[in-house]
Amino acid sequence: MIPLSHYLTLGAILFALSVVGIFLNRKNVVILLMSIELLLLAVNLNFIAFSHFLQDPAGQIFVFFILTVAAAESAIGLAILIVLFRSRRTINVEELDSLKG
Amino acid sequence: MNFASLNAAAARAEIFLAVAACAILLLGVYGDQARRAARCYGLSLVALVIAALLNGLDFSAANGSAFNHMFIADPMAKLLKIAICVLSAAAFVYGRQYNRHRGIFESEYYVLGLFAVTGMLVMASANHLLTLYLGLELMSLCLYAMIAYYRDDRLATEAAMKYFVLGALASSMLLYGMSLLYGFTGSLQLSVISSVLTADAATAAQPQAAIALAVVFIVVALAFKLGVAPFHMWVPDVYHGAPTSTTAFLSAAPKIAAFAITMRLIVGGLNALPDIWQQMLILLALLSVAIGNIIAIAQRNLKRMLAYSTVAHMGFFLFGIASGNAPGYSAALFYVLIYALMGLGAFGVILMLARPEYEADQLADLKGLSKRNPWLAFLLLLLMLSMAGLPPTVGFFAKLAVIHALVQSGLLWVAVLAVLLAVIGAFYYLRVIKLVYFDQPPSADPATAAQTTTTITEGDIAVSPAAILLLSCNVLAIIALLPWIHYLIAICNEVIRRFAV
Repeated sequence: MIPLSHYLTLGAILFALSVVGIFLNRKNVVILLMSIELLLLAVNLNFIAFSHFLQDPAGQIFVFFILTVAAAESAIGLAILIVLFRSRRTINVEELDSLKG
Repeated sequence: MNFASLNAAAARAEIFLAVAACAILLLGVYGDQARRAARCYGLSLVALVIAALLNGLDFSAANGSAFNHMFIADPMAKLLKIAICVLSAAAFVYGRQYNRHRGIFESEYYVLGLFAVTGMLVMASANHLLTLYLGLELMSLCLYAMIAYYRDDRLATEAAMKYFVLGALASSMLLYGMSLLYGFTGSLQLSVISSVLTADAATAAQPQAAIALAVVFIVVALAFKLGVAPFHMWVPDVYHGAPTSTTAFLSAAPKIAAFAITMRLIVGGLNALPDIWQQMLILLALLSVAIGNIIAIAQRNLKRMLAYSTVAHMGFFLFGIASGNAPGYSAALFYVLIYALMGLGAFGVILMLARPEYEADQLADLKGLSKRNPWLAFLLLLLMLSMAGLPPTVGFFAKLAVIHALVQSGLLWVAVLAVLLAVIGAFYYLRVIKLVYFDQPPSADPATAAQTTTTITEGDIAVSPAAILLLSCNVLAIIALLPWIHYLIAICNEVIRRFAV
């Protein structure tokens, strides 16, 4: 049986990787969206691990809601991305610099 | 377990608003473009007023709960919901003409607004991590779309993207904190989490470091959502880039909803661990009052300046929560309600000044406003005095209540710093008054100069008298509420006293 700490470590590593992905990525907005998805999946892993080890289904039900919201979130994110691309013909993160101060 | 035990009547305002939003979405499909937008706009206002009434009718009723305690209806929730509905309706009214000029006066814009309000109402009543998260996401997703609705505008789309990425990051942080909290306490119910943590604190059973990690994630996520320094980077960009009608919407009701989740999570769920979150909140509050007030001085764009002022105000209200006692929570509640009124009024004035092709969002645009539009200039004067916290306005009493709570809880040095930083902040508010009353107007009125390049007729440009009247009531309330100020503070105290955990 795999202990709880292994799951939590994996979740923490995934979470950290995706936060790094958001802050280091300077090229492509699509990678930002992928990182956001990975963030939510890391959280899901945590919830499922806790839910299993606590013998409590509430955590797994929470995961279903997170998955649904994540789908809505990526739909909105991609829609904004398309609008952004249409108005500036680029999805380079570094060129999103019209707002400053 | 049967249907009656769900006690869905406690959530009737949310249910009504969700159904109304769906119905308005359907009604928005029929008829020609202009007519259906006007119809959906009108119906949205009616729906918001009814939702406010549904909450107001049984305001003093006993605390109720619904859906197996996932949802609670206590007086604080009802008070916040009434404010959210009324201020959102006012934001719609102020933004109507602005939206028409920019081609975003469409039925879907108002449906998105209604769903965002539904999310905020759910947040105000959440007593379960799941309800809290779903309410938060319903609000945030609608707000991202409302900003991006001005889709031909470079700034608006960029602001939407930035808000989306940082908002999603904040939501994930909140979820991560929630997952840890769930693991340590074995429950998603805030009242159960609170009692488990209290019991553990008594026996010192929990590993403090692990719980502290969960609290850090939750506090950081709330700081992101509140727009408190050092997690405020999105606030100026979003306020500046978004169409002003959306900025006005953003500046009022979502702040109240953010206050609600802060109360539910920090005071409702984590009340056993004040020594972990109190220091963090004081640091966040001090940083944001300092950064907000100092950077606002350097701004040339009025919307951006008001965004930094929001950062400072959010820091100020966080002082109330950081003081960790009932007077502090009550002061924070009072502060956030008054701030929402002032913030909405300030963006309302910008909306009234805006014309087709002219945003009126530069500080230079305000030069000599008192000669061009004396009434709006006077309203702006009142708003700036109140935001700066000068005595004849309610803004002063809101600040006073927070400072008083800080002193009461023995945080004298924080109170002194808060007052000093507020004095720094007074500079840029008074500068606006100087621009409006003492500077010479530019030779050509920028509004009329912009109009000559467009072919829109005069009748189309005029702001409706109803919007001006509502804005005047909103702003004059800052002075007119003074005789009843004790009554208002008493309501806040009573609401906090009956705050359900």
